[in-house]
Amino acid sequence: MVNKGTIIYEPGNSINNKTGSWRVFKPILDNDKCIKCENCYIFCPEGCIQPDENGDFKIDYDYCKGCLICEEECPVKAITGIREEK
Amino acid sequence: MQNVKVITGTSAAAEAAKLADVDVIAAYPITPQTTSVEKLADFVANGELNAEYIKVESEHSAISACVGASATGARTFTATSSQGLALMHEILFAAAGMRMPIVMMNANRALSAPINIWNDQQDSISQRDTGWIQLYAENNQETLDLIIQAFKIAENENVLLPIMVNLDGFILTHTVEPVEIPEKEKVLNFVGQYEPKHAYLRPEKPMTQGALGDPEWYMETRYDVQQAQDNALKVIEEVHDKFAEKFGRAYGNGLIETYNTEKAETVLITMGSLCGTIKDVIDELKAEGKEYGLLKIISYRPLPTEQIKEALKGTKNIAILDKDISLGLNKGALFTDVAPFLEAKTANYIVGLGGRDIKKAHIKEIIEHVEKEAKDTETKWIGLKE
Repeated sequence: MVNKGTIIYEPGNSINNKTGSWRVFKPILDNDKCIKCENCYIFCPEGCIQPDENGDFKIDYDYCKGCLICEEECPVKAITGIREEK
Repeated sequence: MQNVKVITGTSAAAEAAKLADVDVIAAYPITPQTTSVEKLADFVANGELNAEYIKVESEHSAISACVGASATGARTFTATSSQGLALMHEILFAAAGMRMPIVMMNANRALSAPINIWNDQQDSISQRDTGWIQLYAENNQETLDLIIQAFKIAENENVLLPIMVNLDGFILTHTVEPVEIPEKEKVLNFVGQYEPKHAYLRPEKPMTQGALGDPEWYMETRYDVQQAQDNALKVIEEVHDKFAEKFGRAYGNGLIETYNTEKAETVLITMGSLCGTIKDVIDELKAEGKEYGLLKIISYRPLPTEQIKEALKGTKNIAILDKDISLGLNKGALFTDVAPFLEAKTANYIVGLGGRDIKKAHIKEIIEHVEKEAKDTETKWIGLKE
């Protein structure tokens, strides 16, 4: 629940705001095509593309706003933007 | 020995702020509120009141300074009117959303154009949906009493909302009446210290106020303010009862006041100083053996709909007098808010816009009209030139 007057006493709690909720487009990453160049990881302005323990890159859809910069920057077209379906 | 001063409404408001020992005042002068901030500046300058008086360049800055001051946990007071209140509009939402218990005196005055400094209630009615609690005073004594109560209501932890105490411009602000000034000790004892648990300035415990609320959260925050308004209904009554006990002055139940409604089949509903005129007319007609009633609304927001319904059981004709108009609907705000809850024949009368005099004859004309020829939900402008 929200504090009275929307006051924040604990820093860093904006992680609770699932800012991916206003996405219009959604990037889909095909790990079979991916060459692990880390371009998407570097260029993502939200920092929500991270490698997992196997080194496969995963997109965190809780915070991805669908800007599709990753799709633009991927040299091997491993990322495709589709329309968000809710 | 009671301390009675013969003072104007603006002075009564200033005295009340002094008695409540406010910490910060930020206000910009505007007719007909000016004399109130002049008085407060005097109090601060001559050491009668230990407060910070912030001089600002506009009302927008005044209310912003108040929000900032209140955010540190200071008891804050401001005063304005008409165009000044309109200029505060966007920050009024912030003050309520941030749950800042600011107390404001608003001198009701018409809005331009044409420019007009006289009384009607369009300015505060236009701020109806900001989340502020709105109380309307009938006379100068009630102004002082309501402002003292306002601090206690606003700072109650189940409420924590800003309060606007409205008094009719010139009719009250510039009219001298005898006002009983209670002892400061007694008032401070009644109001208590403001010790906020939600917003304060403490470097060892920093906080963020006025943060972003995205679609995930925004609706809940609005609902919180609505619940605080609901709580306020109870708190206003409680504070009023405590005040009546301690100071010996009561105003209905604190939310509404009924006058001779028991036997009356025709009841008038309105707010502010107009109630005084109507009470006189009711007394005159009573002497002739006719029974009419008045329902005075003190708390317009939160609106005590249940109490209003209860008070008007068995009434046949209801006249709602509005000193404001929703242009394009041809209805006053009080009518649009109250009429849906009433079963009786209800007509709307637009009166006194821009300081047009409302005489006893007009009240009698309204009574006659609502009894005989008025149709349900009809609107009639009173005192228009042919």
